[in-house]
Amino acid sequence: MSDSAIRARGLTKRFGALVAVDHVDLDVPRANVYGFLGPNGSGKTTTIRMLCGLLAPSEGEIEVLGLRIPAEAEALRRRIGYMTQKFSLFDDLSVRENLEFLAEVQGVPRDKTRSRIDELVQRYHFEDREDQLAGTMSGGQRQRLALAGAVVHEPELLFLDEPTSAVDPESRREFWERLFDLADAGTTLLVSTHYMDEAERCHRLAILDHGALVADGTPADLTGALAGRTLAVHAAEPRRAHHQLVQVPGVLSVAQIGNTLRVLTTGDGDAAAQVRAALNNASLQAQVEPVEPNLEDVFVSATRGRTAPQEQAA
Amino acid sequence: MNLRRLWAVMQKELRQLRRDRITLAMIVGIPVMQLVLFGYAINLNLRGLSAAIVDQADTAGSRALVMDMLATGVIVPTRGARSPQELMDQLRRGAISVGVVVPRDFERRRADGREAIEVLVDGSDTVVQGAAVQLAQMPLDYSASLANATGAREVTPQQIHVVAFYNPDRRSAVNIVPGLIGVILTMTMVLFTGVAIVRERERGNMELLIATPISRSELMVGKVLPYAAIGLVQTTVILLLGLLLFRVPVRGSVFDVYLAAVLLILANLTLGLLISTKARSQFQAMQMTFFVFLPSILLSGFMFPFAGMPRVIQWVAELLPLTHFLRLIRGVMLRGAGLWELWPDVLALLAFTAVMMTAAILRFRKRLD
Repeated sequence: MSDSAIRARGLTKRFGALVAVDHVDLDVPRANVYGFLGPNGSGKTTTIRMLCGLLAPSEGEIEVLGLRIPAEAEALRRRIGYMTQKFSLFDDLSVRENLEFLAEVQGVPRDKTRSRIDELVQRYHFEDREDQLAGTMSGGQRQRLALAGAVVHEPELLFLDEPTSAVDPESRREFWERLFDLADAGTTLLVSTHYMDEAERCHRLAILDHGALVADGTPADLTGALAGRTLAVHAAEPRRAHHQLVQVPGVLSVAQIGNTLRVLTTGDGDAAAQVRAALNNASLQAQVEPVEPNLEDVFVSATRGRTAPQEQAA
Repeated sequence: MNLRRLWAVMQKELRQLRRDRITLAMIVGIPVMQLVLFGYAINLNLRGLSAAIVDQADTAGSRALVMDMLATGVIVPTRGARSPQELMDQLRRGAISVGVVVPRDFERRRADGREAIEVLVDGSDTVVQGAAVQLAQMPLDYSASLANATGAREVTPQQIHVVAFYNPDRRSAVNIVPGLIGVILTMTMVLFTGVAIVRERERGNMELLIATPISRSELMVGKVLPYAAIGLVQTTVILLLGLLLFRVPVRGSVFDVYLAAVLLILANLTLGLLISTKARSQFQAMQMTFFVFLPSILLSGFMFPFAGMPRVIQWVAELLPLTHFLRLIRGVMLRGAGLWELWPDVLALLAFTAVMMTAAILRFRKRLD
């Protein structure tokens, strides 16, 4: 048995002329929370659907839990859980009815069905709303129910497609606690998201942009690679400083956070000196200091570096 | 096929249905409303009724009279028969719609001015019955040509005795109600299944379902069976109301009636499944249902008699489950025929079901692309 839960090579999906996923290589280790970070339309959902065997890849090889996909997709279905982006349980069934249906369909042994559902109801806090219809619940409750439904058969591997996109911050934090519980119990989780704070929590993550994998590694590795390239600029006139800085060669992006400007550079030469010189030339008063890179910087540097040459070519 | 998963799908479907008050109301509401609306039907003239003739007199006069009746074009001889009993038998099996009996003492009866000819009509179809009555009233050439030559008296319409079997009072309800079972089952069964699967796709449930170990046939059969039960409920409603409101009899066995209903239900459910594999939205599923439903009503013989349609249209009508069901249900309910006597139509419905089910399962992919 390979030590990767998921292994993909050259994974590609075309819809007509559109290349939704473009030669992606993936290695997802077991018992990990693996993140897929990328904006809408970057190919996260398409990739997940191919890994589950719901979509046939146009090109490339996939091995999930040692099974070749899509050829052995039926065998895989018993061993994975899949939480879709859109709530896909039945609105007109109650919490318990939804879980019962999934338990029966997923082949949870008859004698264990009741105790398993009782356990899930308790763990996911549905004790007092077992008979409530799923359609009448809040976004956070529905996500919890969807997660409970996806793990009813205790899958080895769980795919979660933007599980928290319609959930308030309190519920999101709570939801992530549940995910780490699952990983701790040995489940491998693949979670797609467009929230930086969620990506930061993952053991490892892959950044997708326009269907291509542009960076992958642990969050610390990814941010560490940007050391020395991020600066904080405290300027008296931040809007003017912003306009000046975007024109400086070697500056990839400038983001205003309160009165501070966060500047990401290409890292060629002394970035801080170049920025200071540019501000002095425009006779702008400012303090420049290096700061710790974060995942947003990783994301910007990975995606800017890729799209810039294309824009020039076009 | 895993029975536990099959049952899980059925149970889910029934639970959802139980909470869908409007659909529940429609299950009974549609048959009740239609039954009341179709109380009276349209009658049309028609030609080309299949007939068999028994000429027991076999005189020059009787032969000439038969020739004249055929010349009207209202009846077309399709079967031979030697005795009135054989004629009756063919009538009951639905092989012919009209039987003509010229009795042995035809010449004497004609001379005496008594009823000289008997026209036996399948009264389970009021339109056929109407046509036969018209036939009897047509001035037959025979009267002019032979009467003068032989000096015999002409056969007046009063001398042709029309006997309508199975629906002697010519009540259209008797004819409409059995057909209505077929019409309502066609509409509701195709629509319910078509919509039931497309709805899951629209709501996003399908992506979840196909990511589970449910097989295609478990999903399809599990979704279809609860609706088959609903179809039988509707059949019962129509039979009971037909009996109470219109005194529509069940002359054959009740078991055969339900068996025929099951055959039609299965044919329609599988058609609905096939539609659901093609339709992208519930609205499309509804449109496709009506694409099948309208020809069913118009061509099956429910509204307009099958015998009056051009040959090509008849071929099209043979493809519709309702056409075959109407022959079965009228045979069983009104003529007291056994289902086995009408085996070609039983076979046609079974074949239709098998083809549709296979096509639906083949078309349904457990993939999103």
